[in-house]
Amino acid sequence: MEKVIELKDVWVRYGTQTILEAINFELKEPNGLLGIIGPNGGGKTTFLKVLLGLLKPYRGSVKLFGKPPEKSRELVGYVPQYRGFDFDFPISVWEVVLTGRISHTGFLKKYREEDKKAAEEALKTVEMFQYKDRQIGQLSGGQRQRVFIARALATNPKLLLLDEPNSGLDPHMQDELYRLLNRLKQEMAVVMVTHDLSAVSVYVDKIACLNRTFHYHNSREIPVEDLEATYQCPVELIAHGIPHRVLENHEENS
Amino acid sequence: MFDFLQYSFIQNALAAAVLASIACGIIGVYVVVKKIVFISGGIAHASFGGVGLGYYLGINPMFGILPFSLLSALVMGTVSKKSKIPEDSAIGILWSLGMALGIIFVYLTPGYAPDLMTYLFGNILTVPRSDLYFMLVLDIIILGAVYLFYKEFLALCFDEEFTTVQGLPTEKLYLFLLCIIALTIVVLIKVVGIILVIALLTIPASLSRKFTHNLKKMMLISIVFGTVISVTGIGLSYALDVPSGATIILVLSLVYGFAVFGMEILESRRNSGA
Repeated sequence: MEKVIELKDVWVRYGTQTILEAINFELKEPNGLLGIIGPNGGGKTTFLKVLLGLLKPYRGSVKLFGKPPEKSRELVGYVPQYRGFDFDFPISVWEVVLTGRISHTGFLKKYREEDKKAAEEALKTVEMFQYKDRQIGQLSGGQRQRVFIARALATNPKLLLLDEPNSGLDPHMQDELYRLLNRLKQEMAVVMVTHDLSAVSVYVDKIACLNRTFHYHNSREIPVEDLEATYQCPVELIAHGIPHRVLENHEENS
Repeated sequence: MFDFLQYSFIQNALAAAVLASIACGIIGVYVVVKKIVFISGGIAHASFGGVGLGYYLGINPMFGILPFSLLSALVMGTVSKKSKIPEDSAIGILWSLGMALGIIFVYLTPGYAPDLMTYLFGNILTVPRSDLYFMLVLDIIILGAVYLFYKEFLALCFDEEFTTVQGLPTEKLYLFLLCIIALTIVVLIKVVGIILVIALLTIPASLSRKFTHNLKKMMLISIVFGTVISVTGIGLSYALDVPSGATIILVLSLVYGFAVFGMEILESRRNSGA
């Protein structure tokens, strides 16, 4: 069985600044939901860009399904952070999702029947098929997020990468999003990065912390030292509204 | 009343207006939705170097503009994507570099540079028939490219990063789009001139955006707008004996201003529940 993600001693620098430091990480299971948390500016988006092959680390090796990222792109679905998008863009939901098929269709060709089938199926999975003729600006934030997930699903990925998928969503929409990811994780490996600790919900199977360095213990529990090393301040994690402390008390200025 | 239509220079002008409106209607939509107005302006202005080169070599300046605008599209696209210079600074530098080269070439050319002004400000009433054929060929190339690359250009303009992740060569695709924009600029230069080209690339497309959310319909609507307005402009400039390029831009700006203003009034009335 091939490893989904394999990073060996990965370093990324912008100028003199080290963004990612000596990251070693393996994700073996072909399904499940991994949440990567870390503060803003901690290198989460950089980490995703390395996985997507958009950014070359200056040291170390990156492999997805045993191949370098540029070679494994047809197995990876990507849901970017949708801040800063131009939602006035003259494009319909249907056209957006079809762009997820563009590498399958081939250059200079029209979209084929099977591309349209894949797009339809993807839209039905996220329950957005009835909105297919809407211009994307005419959707709510949560609906738009699902359209971007459908676009990623249209590629038939084995690995789904999401960048801050919960930002800008109200608690109800976030909950819907997690239930959708919970369904998707049965069929593929899902990796989500977020700065929002409360996003680490009941549905996350494994958790990692990222702030320049990477902490991963192949489990759902985060040792409090890791969390504090990541956020560089005392953090209390109280998960999904259940009124009990998940982590031990920490001492101020110890 | 329509007897002025008999003049062959008027017929040529109308044909040029239609050919220019087709090119700018289609490509202007990409310029507007991808927000590359500034780099397009840069390509247009830098291509003045080609005008100068044409005079210097003693060939039809149109054949100087063509390679020069393509070259400036490639250089600007590459520099703005690859180098660490901020994109707008890089464009600003190349913009003026091209114009400076043009001025030097014109200066070095012995004798007087005839109709230099028509390349800067356009004069649709003096378009010769040979230039019309040249514009027609460029129109066919532009239409063919957009027909073949429609889905790739749409994906590129909407979300360049995602399209790269899909494994498409987005950098080459972007350079190709800039080259098509360069060809469009060559088509438009005779109509409104280098200085005013950017108006034809932005105004009809921006106006059509107010009426539809579909890229293909936007293209069709902006072709119609472009044609109607430039023909109106030609008529006005003939009747009032004022420069044609500037008149076309004035009419375009006025129509755009009234349309946007009118729509905003309508919208605020609707929102206030009247």
